[in-house]
Amino acid sequence: MAELNTGDGGGKKDKKVRSKKQNSKVDLTAMVDLAFLLITFFMLTTTLSKPQSMNLGLPDKQDDPTEKPIKVDENRTMTILLGDNDKLVRYVGLLATPVAGGAPKDFAYGKEGIRKELLARKASVLAYSTAKGKPKNGMIVIIKPGKKSNYRNLVDILDEMAIVDVPTYAIVNDFSPEEKKLLEGK
Amino acid sequence: MAVKTSKKAASIDMTAMCDVAFLLLTFFILTATAKIPEALPVDTPASTVQTKLPETDLATLTIGKGKVFFDLKGREIRKRTLELMAQKYGVEFTDDDKDKFALMEGFGVPIESLKSIIEMKSSERSKANQPGVPKDSLDNQLAEWVQNARIANIEINDKELQIAIKGDAREEYPAIRKVMDILQDQKINSFSLVTGLRGKDF
Repeated sequence: MAELNTGDGGGKKDKKVRSKKQNSKVDLTAMVDLAFLLITFFMLTTTLSKPQSMNLGLPDKQDDPTEKPIKVDENRTMTILLGDNDKLVRYVGLLATPVAGGAPKDFAYGKEGIRKELLARKASVLAYSTAKGKPKNGMIVIIKPGKKSNYRNLVDILDEMAIVDVPTYAIVNDFSPEEKKLLEGK
Repeated sequence: MAVKTSKKAASIDMTAMCDVAFLLLTFFILTATAKIPEALPVDTPASTVQTKLPETDLATLTIGKGKVFFDLKGREIRKRTLELMAQKYGVEFTDDDKDKFALMEGFGVPIESLKSIIEMKSSERSKANQPGVPKDSLDNQLAEWVQNARIANIEINDKELQIAIKGDAREEYPAIRKVMDILQDQKINSFSLVTGLRGKDF
């Protein structure tokens, strides 16, 4: 079929030219099919293999002991404690004097659990701030991952922050004895 | 007559299409980078966030089973970092070692035994049971690696190095916090957490 040896001339030349003409058009359909299949494969693998990432900003470490911690309105804060075995406790305001409906309570991760609570609380904080004339002051969430909590819990709760679009959140590592009791007890 | 012309058009000339297809194919094959096997396989937790990790100026700290592995993008930066670390700890590396180090995957050994890891073949490295980069306060090599990688990145690319933390989902929080503390001691307050992909309606 693919005769490249054209050097020798002779009496058969007529015949050869004719057979070449017949085969001059190779059917490229299969080749194009294959080429596009491979293109698709390489395109998808190059774009999909890039890992996803989540940006996380942490507050500066306070090395200066004279610096006073910033006081925020307790009506705007929600504290989320993460414990072992996917335990999650949240309270609103101060632990000793929680805001109405904000007493410590267990929640589950995900759509039906903490997200509903976050959305509801976000709306009520917005209403509270608007009533005070400062609608820019949104909810503040303090995340306290316990020693037994794992990395998945942390990423899950940060993901919830991104989904619910909580304006301010922070990861805090100090636990008060009451909070420890709350995580270990029950 | 009309029948005849339609018969002529029945087979389309695919040469040009074939050319384009193979041109694109060559492009994608050449731009695709071979996946380097991970030194420490971890199961990253999923999230709905869609941000992609940068391709350059990135250091990845992989945390799993209580060990930390260090990985760095960019051959020149890797070489320079290794030189800086060698100076700091008084370990000698030949030029051949540096070239190999520039191409290898992440590692998790103290710098004293890094040479033996570099000399291994890549299939042996994954079986070598690397103990992780030391990170306790007496011998905080992880902090030195991060510090020197940042210096090298500024020297060569004139950009601040981005740090990504790739943690195993089952890893307990204190291990992650330890690494974050090391980063924060160097005033790195912003970094990325590597996550897997999760559906939108989670």
